[in-house]
Amino acid sequence: MSVDTATVAKIASLARIKLSEEELAAMVPELNAILGWVEQLGEVDVSGIEPMTAVIENHLRLRADEIDADPLTGGGKRDAVLANAPAAEHGFFGVPKVIE
Amino acid sequence: MTELTELGVAQIRDGVASGDFTAVEVAEAFNANVAAANDALNAFIVATPEKAIEAAKAVDAKRAKGEAPGKMGGVPIGMKDLFATKGVQTTAASHILEGFAPEYESTVSQRLWDAGAGMLGKLNMDQFAMGSSNETSHFGDVVNPWRAAGGGNAGLAPGGSSGGSSAAVAARLCPAATGTDTGGSIRQPAAFTGITGIKPTYGRCSRWGIVAFASSLDQAGPMARDTRDCAIMLEAMAGFDPKDSTSLDMDVPAWEANLSPDMKGKRVGIPREYRMDGMDADIVKSWEDGVTWLRDAGAEIVDISLPHTKYALPAYYIIAPAEASSNLARYDGVRYGLRELPDGANLQDMYAATRSAGFGAEVKRRILIGTYVLSAGFYDAYYTQAQKVRTLISHDFRNAFAECDVILAPTAPSAAFALGDKSDDPLAMYLNDVFAVPASMAGLPAMSVPAGLNRDGLPLGLQIIGNAFDEQGVLNAGLAIEQRAGFTAKPEKWW
Repeated sequence: MSVDTATVAKIASLARIKLSEEELAAMVPELNAILGWVEQLGEVDVSGIEPMTAVIENHLRLRADEIDADPLTGGGKRDAVLANAPAAEHGFFGVPKVIE
Repeated sequence: MTELTELGVAQIRDGVASGDFTAVEVAEAFNANVAAANDALNAFIVATPEKAIEAAKAVDAKRAKGEAPGKMGGVPIGMKDLFATKGVQTTAASHILEGFAPEYESTVSQRLWDAGAGMLGKLNMDQFAMGSSNETSHFGDVVNPWRAAGGGNAGLAPGGSSGGSSAAVAARLCPAATGTDTGGSIRQPAAFTGITGIKPTYGRCSRWGIVAFASSLDQAGPMARDTRDCAIMLEAMAGFDPKDSTSLDMDVPAWEANLSPDMKGKRVGIPREYRMDGMDADIVKSWEDGVTWLRDAGAEIVDISLPHTKYALPAYYIIAPAEASSNLARYDGVRYGLRELPDGANLQDMYAATRSAGFGAEVKRRILIGTYVLSAGFYDAYYTQAQKVRTLISHDFRNAFAECDVILAPTAPSAAFALGDKSDDPLAMYLNDVFAVPASMAGLPAMSVPAGLNRDGLPLGLQIIGNAFDEQGVLNAGLAIEQRAGFTAKPEKWW
């Protein structure tokens, strides 16, 4: 499978990355080279093989149902959470207007 | 007395503990090396000499009170800029995180500080750990301290993604550094700079507070001058962490105390699929040397087969970008990092403009690949197929470890290449990880140890891959090679 300019523009839009015309033009052959190369996976016989879900056997743990069991990751951290925000206002993340 | 900056982790720890020198003296010596070298090598994004001194003072005070200074007591280290360090800029070498000062400390770095280590600074790397040459950093290329004999002053790549770590250890700017390995990012730079590095079993080191690239592959590990130093530092880094759902709930073995170069009764597997057409003659020679050394150490050498080897790299370049495209969705210009808000932009425009300005070309390339292979209509053909191939790769190793205890292979297909050599050709760059990626895909412990120099006087590494949880077997084989390789070469100082 290969991608054309319109497809790459669509992917970039899905990925929320603005690409200039030049970037888009350069990306098309690069992505096609990579996609052409990974095509070879199609020749592997995978009948009866399950896709990998966990590389090392492990089980999912449940933590105790306790509030702030770990103070580091518990609540009451509003200011720390906002500390690196580019536009924190009144204790919230500021964003451009989304409702007209 | 030997210069303090020539000492490794064990020597510093023991020297501080016995009072031969103070931790502050050690920190001062390395701080001076960092300051003198960084313009030329660009290994550190941020130097934190005051942090190194502060930690060293604490260790000296503990010792004065008769308390144990810790597993890494008095050892100053470099911290890859992928680890969140409280109050110290953490960027993953990206523009989008420039200025980001975490409010918390990663589990692995905290464990190191608790063990008595101090931080010399944050190390340069490939942006978001995506790269094999340290040329994708927003903060410029790291230059390998090694130079090719007769190659003039051409700058060589230090490998990647942990290129700042490898360059800094090789140039004696730190006795050890943290690295992370997603598809070879500890082992390949270690090989390119003549140092030692180990990626443990997936889950040994907590990923909490490490900037995520591909979560099913990312694993932290130490990079240092020799096997013992790696064993010591890995003990300090590893351990169960409830904050990482994939963390292994297992005790940390006493890897250092159990080091043994005796390979009697051990079988070393040589995977025939790693012998590739047109392989570099010096790489073939070093691999043969490795076989000779391990046989000399008492091991039995057996031929093994890993039939799906050639599919590991293409499968990796579906799975890793897929995971990256999801993980990097968090950089949106809202919660932290860069925000680009063109005049009149709405929220969607802001996301797209921020990510366009904040990510480098390789990161964008991988996010786009990942988005594409996960998109409706292509998911099964690419992503599901790659995950099935990954299962087969894992089966290959499982079958191989029925016949051998560890696997010996080259770390990389070449010695360090010149900066700029492969940066215009993503595929050529990806192929550099052909020997490193299979072990990552199976979550296995794997290590690179220096084996010797090639015809240009550049270091080559040998890779040892072990079964899951058998870091000890990997370290022991590494030690056996190290003792026989007698690798003492170091880059001639030009910086």
